[in-house]
Amino acid sequence: MEDMIFYDRLQFAFTITFHYIFPQLTMGLSLLIVYFKWKYLRNNDEKYNNAAKFFMKIFAVNFTMGVVTGIPMEFQFGTNWAKFSELTGGIIGQTLAMEGMFSFFLESSFLALFIFGEKLMGQKLHFLTGFLVFLGSWASGWFILATNAWMQHPVGYEILENGKFVLENFSALFSNPWLLPAFLHNQLASVVTSSFVVASIGAFYILRKKQVEYGQLFLKTGVIFGLVSSLLVAFPTGDWNAKNVAKFQPGAFAAMEGIFETEHAGAEIVLIGQPNMVEKKLDNKIAVPNILSFLTYQDWDKKIPGMDQFKKEELPDNIPALYYSYHIMVGLGTIFIGVMMLALFFLWRRKLYTLKPLLWVIMFLVPFPYIANLTGWYVAELGRQPYLVYGLLKTSDGISPTVSSGNTLFTLLGFVALYMLLGLLFLVLVGKTINEGPKHQKH
Amino acid sequence: MEIFWYILIAIVLAVFFILDGYDFGTGIIHLFFAKKEKDKEVIAKAAGLFWDSNEVWLVAAGGMLFMAFPTFYASVFSGFYLPLIIVLWLIIFRAIGLEFRSQFKYQMWKDIWDASFGVSSLLLALFFGIALGNIVRGVNLGGVENGISVYEGHYFFLPLWDSSFSPLSETPGVIDWFTIIIGLISVVTLSIHGANWVILKTNSSINNKLKGVIFKLNIVLALLTIFSLVVWQIVNPNSFDNFADKPYLIVFPIIYLSGLVGLFFIKRIKKEVYGFVLSTLLIVGGITSSLASIFPVILPSINDVHKPLTIYNTAASEYGLSVSFTWGIIGCILIIVYMIIQKRLTKGKIDKMDYGH
Repeated sequence: MEDMIFYDRLQFAFTITFHYIFPQLTMGLSLLIVYFKWKYLRNNDEKYNNAAKFFMKIFAVNFTMGVVTGIPMEFQFGTNWAKFSELTGGIIGQTLAMEGMFSFFLESSFLALFIFGEKLMGQKLHFLTGFLVFLGSWASGWFILATNAWMQHPVGYEILENGKFVLENFSALFSNPWLLPAFLHNQLASVVTSSFVVASIGAFYILRKKQVEYGQLFLKTGVIFGLVSSLLVAFPTGDWNAKNVAKFQPGAFAAMEGIFETEHAGAEIVLIGQPNMVEKKLDNKIAVPNILSFLTYQDWDKKIPGMDQFKKEELPDNIPALYYSYHIMVGLGTIFIGVMMLALFFLWRRKLYTLKPLLWVIMFLVPFPYIANLTGWYVAELGRQPYLVYGLLKTSDGISPTVSSGNTLFTLLGFVALYMLLGLLFLVLVGKTINEGPKHQKH
Repeated sequence: MEIFWYILIAIVLAVFFILDGYDFGTGIIHLFFAKKEKDKEVIAKAAGLFWDSNEVWLVAAGGMLFMAFPTFYASVFSGFYLPLIIVLWLIIFRAIGLEFRSQFKYQMWKDIWDASFGVSSLLLALFFGIALGNIVRGVNLGGVENGISVYEGHYFFLPLWDSSFSPLSETPGVIDWFTIIIGLISVVTLSIHGANWVILKTNSSINNKLKGVIFKLNIVLALLTIFSLVVWQIVNPNSFDNFADKPYLIVFPIIYLSGLVGLFFIKRIKKEVYGFVLSTLLIVGGITSSLASIFPVILPSINDVHKPLTIYNTAASEYGLSVSFTWGIIGCILIIVYMIIQKRLTKGKIDKMDYGH
């Protein structure tokens, strides 16, 4: 039983980590593509249209990867988490089925048109299809996060005698207080990723001294979008989410922040430190007093319960992993804001395009927004443990009763091998597209 | 409400097999009949342009099944664990075969991805047929061994095969001689369908030859169909009762039959779209007849301890289903609108369209 849960969780964590690399780019990139296309309609400068088409190619490769790695996510609810599906399908099936019917259809129907149909329909309609792709990808995020929000903070349900969750109030699923902050935070974080990708490709072109005209356009656009989105990710949406966790999952909040013992005169904010689970304290701690109380409740002296106040099952089962994920996410987010502010400053002084050290930094920073996004997702998921549905359904009660750990291990190994191949092919293909660069075309 | 969602899911699944079915069939045709590089390229393109928007139908069907019949979803997905995961891998292999073959000019690179596309299409067609075979045959619900239930009533687990390969064993596997016959029917049907799609959408040099291929495959299909009807009786003796009780259900086998008969005239058919329509009838008729033969059961039980799964004992709550009825209708209308727009803009032969992202 123990190793069944372990392999099921490992498989889900592995497949969703790999999957989430792709939609986080496409959701943000669709916004930038719409922006380029819109600029083209306004100023009729072919450069913007070629930029939109260039990023559409990268979008398409990512979309394909997102689809082929996304189908297993849906299937795994049934294959590996059958008990969970049976008990909650009547509720989260609603949001997942809506995702399929409303957003996925929208996105994929109009993606094909956007890629192949420019000549068939004229510029305004082409812009519209791009906009619908954007709408579809953001709606997808909305429905997926509605599903997750219900697991984090269940609403609108009733539990029958046989343990089944049944829907009692449909609209509650979408007015869940967890949903809007999580959605905005997540979408803006995906804009951060795509802005960094755009800026990084721009920096690469400038440093390589090829496609310099496009390099400058990409860098400028990436930096502006990157700064605005990084700021919005931290405040107000990040802050809003943290307050939600403190309110609805106080045990997870204490673990995230690394507060082992309750301090009655206001909680400090931990900047650095390693959780020591044996002695129940942080090693090598650097902390600033009273800040956490202020950030969470706007009150310097407000008490925040530490992990000593909770029973074992009210605390996440992997506290160090949660603590590190959270601190990596916050730390990286702070670095992003710093780098993008610096870049914007030099852009304003018209020195950015020749400032090689900063261009190198921007170019190589590209994996880090991915890491920040993924660790953000881990914070949400690890914080909810040991529950699948917070406080109501234990993770260990959600797995498939008939599937043995040997079978799960076999499929896990298969996914690892297949996804390594996929990842390699993906890098080759995107590398090739970036190396070729945008095409100078006129119609 | 249960019936509404059952029909809607059946329609979505049928559309998936009509649309993605030609991708599978195109892959099989590609594997066996495309020898010249020009043909290979154009045939891969005939599937490659559309596969990802076709895949949406599978995702939608999965989502609806999860929402409307959660117990069935949980039971079947965990029970057919290994074959389903293998299907996922094959879908991924087929997709990357299509997406990557045209990216580099080396012959070896193309050969690898052509093989990946062709073989995974063939295996997918086989597996989907086998899956249908399993659903009409029934499974050992509750994992009953010697009259004692090992799992809860609606759970089961099937290995890929049982050493006897017999559908009549107490614990049949996913693959046995009956499900293989259904699997072969699926392979032949989808090959015909894929060939019709290639003829419809391309100006490939093998198009004339393919009409002859369809004719021959159709003979094989007719023989397999007759043979399967005989063994069907052995495997599931009650399978024709539904048609006797509700004679209007006969319309589904008639749909299948008209496709089968029509395809014998394929060589004389001038308008290419009719061929495609006929193989569509085969798919629609085949799936609906199978489902109608067991309705309202959706998974028969081969033991006496546990009752079969029906659309009623696996459905979500009445309130949930009625809410989703409302948005389901809106969703359907939107999807039809998207489809019309998309098909209007991509009609005609694909030879001249841009492809390769």
